[in-house]
Amino acid sequence: MTEWRYWLAEQRGTLLAIGIFVAMFLIYATNHPAGFSANMVQTASNKATLLAFVAMAQAIVVITAGIDLSVGMILTLTNCLASWIVVGTATETALGVAGVLGTGLLCGMINGAIVIFGRLQPIVTTIATGAMYYGVALMLRPNPGGSVNETLADALTGRLFGVLPTSLVALAAAALLIWVPYSRSVIGRAAFATGSSEVAAYMSGAPIRAAKFAAYSLAGLLSAIGGLFLTFFSYTGEAAYASGNAYTLFSIAAVVLGGVSLMGGRGSAIGAIFGALAFRTIGDLLFVFDFDPLWQPLFQGIVLMLAVSIGAFGLLRVRNRLEWFG
Amino acid sequence: MSEATASQPAQRGVAMLRRIDPAVAASFGCILLLLLVGSLYSRSFLSPDYLLQQLKVASFLGVIATGMMLVILLGQIDLSVPWVVTAGAMMACAAAAHGTTGAILAIPCGILCGAAIGLLNGIGVAYLRIPSMIITLATNAVAQGLMVAYTGGFAPQDSASKAMRYLATGNVVPGLSNAVLVWAIIGGAAIWLLSRTTFGRAIYAIGNRERAAYLSGIDTRRVTMLAFALSGALSAFGGVLLAGYASKAAQSMGDAYLLPSIAAVVLGGTHILGGRGSYLGTIAGVILITLLQSILSVMQISEAGRQLIYGAVIILMLLIYGRQKA
Repeated sequence: MTEWRYWLAEQRGTLLAIGIFVAMFLIYATNHPAGFSANMVQTASNKATLLAFVAMAQAIVVITAGIDLSVGMILTLTNCLASWIVVGTATETALGVAGVLGTGLLCGMINGAIVIFGRLQPIVTTIATGAMYYGVALMLRPNPGGSVNETLADALTGRLFGVLPTSLVALAAAALLIWVPYSRSVIGRAAFATGSSEVAAYMSGAPIRAAKFAAYSLAGLLSAIGGLFLTFFSYTGEAAYASGNAYTLFSIAAVVLGGVSLMGGRGSAIGAIFGALAFRTIGDLLFVFDFDPLWQPLFQGIVLMLAVSIGAFGLLRVRNRLEWFG
Repeated sequence: MSEATASQPAQRGVAMLRRIDPAVAASFGCILLLLLVGSLYSRSFLSPDYLLQQLKVASFLGVIATGMMLVILLGQIDLSVPWVVTAGAMMACAAAAHGTTGAILAIPCGILCGAAIGLLNGIGVAYLRIPSMIITLATNAVAQGLMVAYTGGFAPQDSASKAMRYLATGNVVPGLSNAVLVWAIIGGAAIWLLSRTTFGRAIYAIGNRERAAYLSGIDTRRVTMLAFALSGALSAFGGVLLAGYASKAAQSMGDAYLLPSIAAVVLGGTHILGGRGSYLGTIAGVILITLLQSILSVMQISEAGRQLIYGAVIILMLLIYGRQKA
C-alpha cells in the first residue's frame, strides 16, 4: 500500500463525517427560505460551534477509551461563571476569560486525577463529578441572569471581514492550536496507544497516565471554551440541568457521527467537529422544510438512529463470527 | 453462588458469611452510617413511619435499577431509561382513558411499550453490534420524539387508572405500601433469575467474556437482546408505578432516574464493566441513594449543595470500595 492509502484508511471516519455534513448543509442551504447568505451561515455556525467544542472535548477523551459524561455540566458551570466575571474593562474581561478557561481546565484535571489515581471507571466518575459541577453552577446562578462584556461577545459572534463567521474562525483556531499539536506530541500518540490497547501501551513504555491526564484536562478546557461561547451568544448565565445533559448526550452522538471509535484508539477531533456540525444541521433541516416543531425531536432521533446503524454494515465484512465480539 | 453443599445450617451460615461481598457489606455499612448521621440531626429518622416512607420512595428506583443491573451485568449500559420511564407512564395513562377495557389493559400496555423500546435496544446491541451507549441514546431520542409528538409538548390530561394507583399507593398489608411489595416481588424474581436459571448465569458469563460464552454454546445475542427488553419493560413498569403514585404522567418525569439508577447499581458493588455483582448489593445501593437524597432534603440544604454533596459522596464511597484492581 502506498502512503496515501494508509492516510485514507486512517482518515476514513473523518472524511465520512465531512461528507455527511456537506450533504446535509447543501440540502439545508438550498432549501433555506432566505437563501444562501452570509447571515444564514453566521447563525448556523454560531449554533453549531457550541456543540463542536464539546464534541472535540468528548473526542479527545473517547480516543483514550474513556468517556466524559461531565462535559455538558462543565459547559454549564463555565457559562454561569462567565456571566459573573467576563465583564468590565478590557483587562478585567481578559482576566475573566482566563479565569473561566482555568476553571474548565481544573474541572478536567479533577476528572483525570480521580480516574487515574482513584482507579475509578470514567463513566461513574464523570457522572458524579458532573453532579458536583452542576451544584457549583447552581450556587453561582440560582436564577438565570448576569451579563457579559458585549463588545467582546459581539466581536466573537459576528463576522470577520463581513463574510466569515468569527465563531468558525475560533473553532478552527482551537483545532489548530490545541488538537493538532496535541495529536502530534508524544503524549497525544500515547493517548491513541492507550485507547488501542492499554496493556500494549504500558509494555512499550508510553506515558499512559500523562496521556490520560492531558486528555481529561484538555476536555475540561475545550468545554470551558464552549461555555464561554454560550455566554457570548446568550449574554446570560443559566444553570439549566436539561441543557447541560443534552450537550453531554449530543457530544457522544457527534463523536460517533464523526467517526471516532467509542472503543478508543481511532478517530480525530476534526471528525468530531464535523460530526457536531452535521448533527446540528440535521436538527435545523426540519425548520427549513417547515415541519411542525413538535416533530423535531422524533426526526432528530430517527436520523441519529440511522446514522449509528451505518456502523453495523461493518458486520457484513466479518469473516469469522468471533470478530463480532471485538 | 449456589454451590453451597453444607448440610448443617450452622456451617451454611459460616459459608454465607464468607461469601459476602465486601462491597455489599460496605454499602450496608454506609446505610447504617447515614441513618446514624440522620438520627443525630433529628430523632424522627429512626421512626418506623419515616423508614417505611423511604422504602416506598426507594421502590420506584428499585424497580428501574433492577433492569439497569441486568444490562450493566452484561457489560453494557441503558441510557434510554428517562424516556422509557416516561413512555411507560404516558402510554399506561393513555390506555386508561379508554373505558373499562382500557383500565384493565393500562398496566400491560405501559410495560409492553417499554419492552418494545428495550427490544429495539437489544436488537441494535446484540445483532447489529452498535455500542449500547449510543443505540440507547438514539432510542431515548426516538422515544422522546414520539412522546412529544403524542402529547403536543404539554402534560397529558389522562390520569392513572385505579389499578395503577392501588399498586403504587394502596396497602394490602397495613402500614406497608404496595409499591414496596411490588419491588420485593420483582427483586425476588431477579435474584431467582440471576442465580438459579441458565439465563441468569449466561448474563454473568457474557459480562465476563462474551467470546468465551459464545464458544461454550450460549446464544449470547439472544440473551443480550432479552436482557435489554427486560430492562425496558422494568423501566416502563417503574414509570407506571410513578404515574400511579402521582396519579398522572408528566413530561420528563424519568429524567431524575437515569443517573441514580446507574449510581445505585454501581454503589451496590456491581462492576460497571459487567460480569460481577449481586442483587443484594443493588438493594443496598437503591436504599443508600434514596436515604442520601432524603437526608439532604430534610436538612434543607439548597439544591446546589445537594448536588454537590451527592456527587462527592458517590465518589468518596467508590474510592473506599469500588476501585479497580491495578
